[in-house]
Amino acid sequence: MKIAVFCKSVPDTETKVRLKGDRLDTSGIKYILNPYDEFAVEEAVRMKEAKKAEEIVAISMGPARAQEALRNALAIGADRAVLVTDDALDGSDTLATAKVLVKVLEKEGGDFDLLLFGQRAIDGDTWQVPSQVAALLDLPQATCTVALEVEPGSKAVATRLVEGGEEIHELTLPAVITCSKGLNEPRYPSLPNIMKAKKKPLTTYSLGDLGIDASEVGKNGSRTEVLSYELPPARGGGKKVEGEPEEVVAELVKFLKEEIKVI
Amino acid sequence: MEFSFTEEQRLMAETARKIAKDFPPDYWYEKEEAGEFGAEFWKAISEAGFLGIVIPEEYGGVGLGVSELMLVIQELCENGCGMAGNWYICLTEVFGAMPIVKYGTKEQKEKYLPKIASGELEFCMALTEPNAGTNTFRIETFAKKEGDGYRINGSKIFISGADRAKGMLLIARTTRPEDAPKKTHGITLFLVDLPNEAVKVSPIPKHGINYSKTCEVVIEDLWVPESAVLGEVDKGWFSLLDVLDPERLVFTVASVGIGKLAINYAVNYGNQRQVFSQPISSYQSLQHPLAEAYASLVSAELLAYKAGWLFDNDGHYREIGAVANMAKAVAVENATKAVYWAMQTLGGYGYSKEYHVERWWREINLVRLAPVTQQMALNYIAEHILGMPKSYS
Repeated sequence: MKIAVFCKSVPDTETKVRLKGDRLDTSGIKYILNPYDEFAVEEAVRMKEAKKAEEIVAISMGPARAQEALRNALAIGADRAVLVTDDALDGSDTLATAKVLVKVLEKEGGDFDLLLFGQRAIDGDTWQVPSQVAALLDLPQATCTVALEVEPGSKAVATRLVEGGEEIHELTLPAVITCSKGLNEPRYPSLPNIMKAKKKPLTTYSLGDLGIDASEVGKNGSRTEVLSYELPPARGGGKKVEGEPEEVVAELVKFLKEEIKVI
Repeated sequence: MEFSFTEEQRLMAETARKIAKDFPPDYWYEKEEAGEFGAEFWKAISEAGFLGIVIPEEYGGVGLGVSELMLVIQELCENGCGMAGNWYICLTEVFGAMPIVKYGTKEQKEKYLPKIASGELEFCMALTEPNAGTNTFRIETFAKKEGDGYRINGSKIFISGADRAKGMLLIARTTRPEDAPKKTHGITLFLVDLPNEAVKVSPIPKHGINYSKTCEVVIEDLWVPESAVLGEVDKGWFSLLDVLDPERLVFTVASVGIGKLAINYAVNYGNQRQVFSQPISSYQSLQHPLAEAYASLVSAELLAYKAGWLFDNDGHYREIGAVANMAKAVAVENATKAVYWAMQTLGGYGYSKEYHVERWWREINLVRLAPVTQQMALNYIAEHILGMPKSYS
C-alpha cells in the first residue's frame, strides 16, 4: 500500500492566544505537528511495520515553517515528505486547501491506497478538509476513527464512536480516514530518528509546480473569508443564591425571569 | 551571531517536552516519597535516545554534543520533572559516556557505549572523598601498580547512583602528591564494573532527590586490570575537566529549568488564588521577585548555552570554565530565589508536599552545594576572570 498522511503545522497546545488588531498575533508562538495528525502518522507507521504498507508520504500545505511538522512526521517514521508553500496560498479556505491537496496527490502519482488525516486541526478547528478531499476525489470516508483494520488491496474497517455506542464502517480502498484520539498512542520521535529524518527527502512545490493558478487559491479562490478574530468573552463571576429552599427558589426564578430572561 | 536552535534541536526539545508531560510532578512526588527509582521514566528516556546523545552513531548513539544534552535536560526539568530531568542522565551520560567517548580505547567503547546508549547500563562517578571536595588533588584513594593491574584502596562519599550502577568512573591517585613533578600530575581515571565485593556501597539518608540514592563507597583491595585505565596514567586531571565542565553545565540548565518550572507553577496558582478582592498574583510584592528571578534565569540560560557551544566547538578550557562558572552562579542564585518566591506565593500550600514546591526547594538546595559550591564558583570568577588573589591554598 501507498499511504498519504496529511500534516498541519499548528500553534502548540499551550499557546496563549493573543490578537494583534483583528489578526492572530503569531509572535512568540511555538509550532508543532497537529496532535491529531500524529495519530494519523503513527497509524501509517504501524501499518508499514506490519508489512501492510510500503510507502508513507507526509503532505502539508502551509508556510515554510510547516517543514518542521513534516520533519516530525518523518521522525515518527514517514518515508518522505511533500510541502506545498506559496505566498499566494495565504487566506485559502478549507475548500481551496482541499483542491490543492488533491493536486498534490495527482502530482505524486495518484496511486494512493489510503489517505489519513487528523480528524481536526487544533487551530482552525473546521473539521472540513478531509471530507472535502474525499468528495473531490469521490472516495469513501470514515471520520473520527478510533480503530482501524486495513486489508491491503481490498478494504478498510473503521470504528467510530457515536453517542451510546460504536459505528463500524467497511470501506473499499482507496479511502479517506480521519483519526481520533484513542486510535493509538503515538510514539515519541526518538533522537536517532530525528537525525535520520534529516536525511529523508522533502520535496517543496510552489503553485506553478502543481499547475494551479493563483486565482484558484488564497482569498480570491475561497468561498469563505475570515473577516476578523475575536477572543472569547472573559467568563464573568458566578452568582450564588443562598438561604432557605423557599427563598432560594423564589430568588432563582426571579433571576431567570428578569436578569437572563429565559423563562 | 546565531541565537536560534536548528530544526532537529527543536524537534528534540519537543520530544523532551512530551516525555516530561508524561512524567509530571505527581509522578515525581510519588517516587520521592517512596524513595524509588523512576524506572518508567528511565525506560522512556532510553527509548527516546536521550542516554546516547553524546555517543557516536557507530556505538548506538546520536553523535551530538553537550549543547543538545543541555537542551533536552532543560526541557525535561522545566516541563515538570524538576531535578529528575537531569539527575539520571547526568550520572550515566556525563559521568560514563562522555569520558569514554573522548578518552576510551576501542575495547572500552565497545564494552560500555552501546549499553549506555540503550539504557541497559547505569553509571556513577566516584570522585569526592571525606577529605577532598573541590580540592580534587587531595584525594587519598590510591591505585598501586601490581602485576598487570592496579590494587586500589580508599573511600569516597556522596556517590550518587552507586547503589544501582554497573559501571563506575573511579578517580584515584597513582602518584602521591609529594612525588608528583606538577600539582596536576598523578591522578588517574579507572572504569570499574559493579557490583564488586571489594567495593562497599552504603546509601546516605538525605534532604531531597530521594528517587536516587547517594552513597558512601569504601574500596578495599580492589584489583583492576590495566585495561580499566581510562586515558593516560597520572594525567587524568585534564580528562576529568571534560567531565566536570559538562556536569556543571547540565546542573546549570537543570537549575534554570527548575526555576522556570516553579515560576510557572506560582503564576498559575497566583492567577487563580483570590484572597481579598483580587488574585494574589496582582500584588507587586510577588510580581517583582518572580520577574527578577525569571529575567536572571533567562540570562544564565544564554550564558550556559554559550558555554555548551564553546565546549562543542573546542573552545579553550579556561574560557569554558569561566563561562560555565558564571552561568552556574547566576542560575543557582536565581533558581533558589524563584523557588523561594514560588513557595511564598503558594503560602501554606507551598509547604505541603502535594503542591511540589517544597520538593523543588529541596532539590535546588543541592545545587548551591554541588557540583561546586556557589562560593567556589564566585572564587573562580574573582581569581580567574577578575584577576584577584587566591584566598586559600
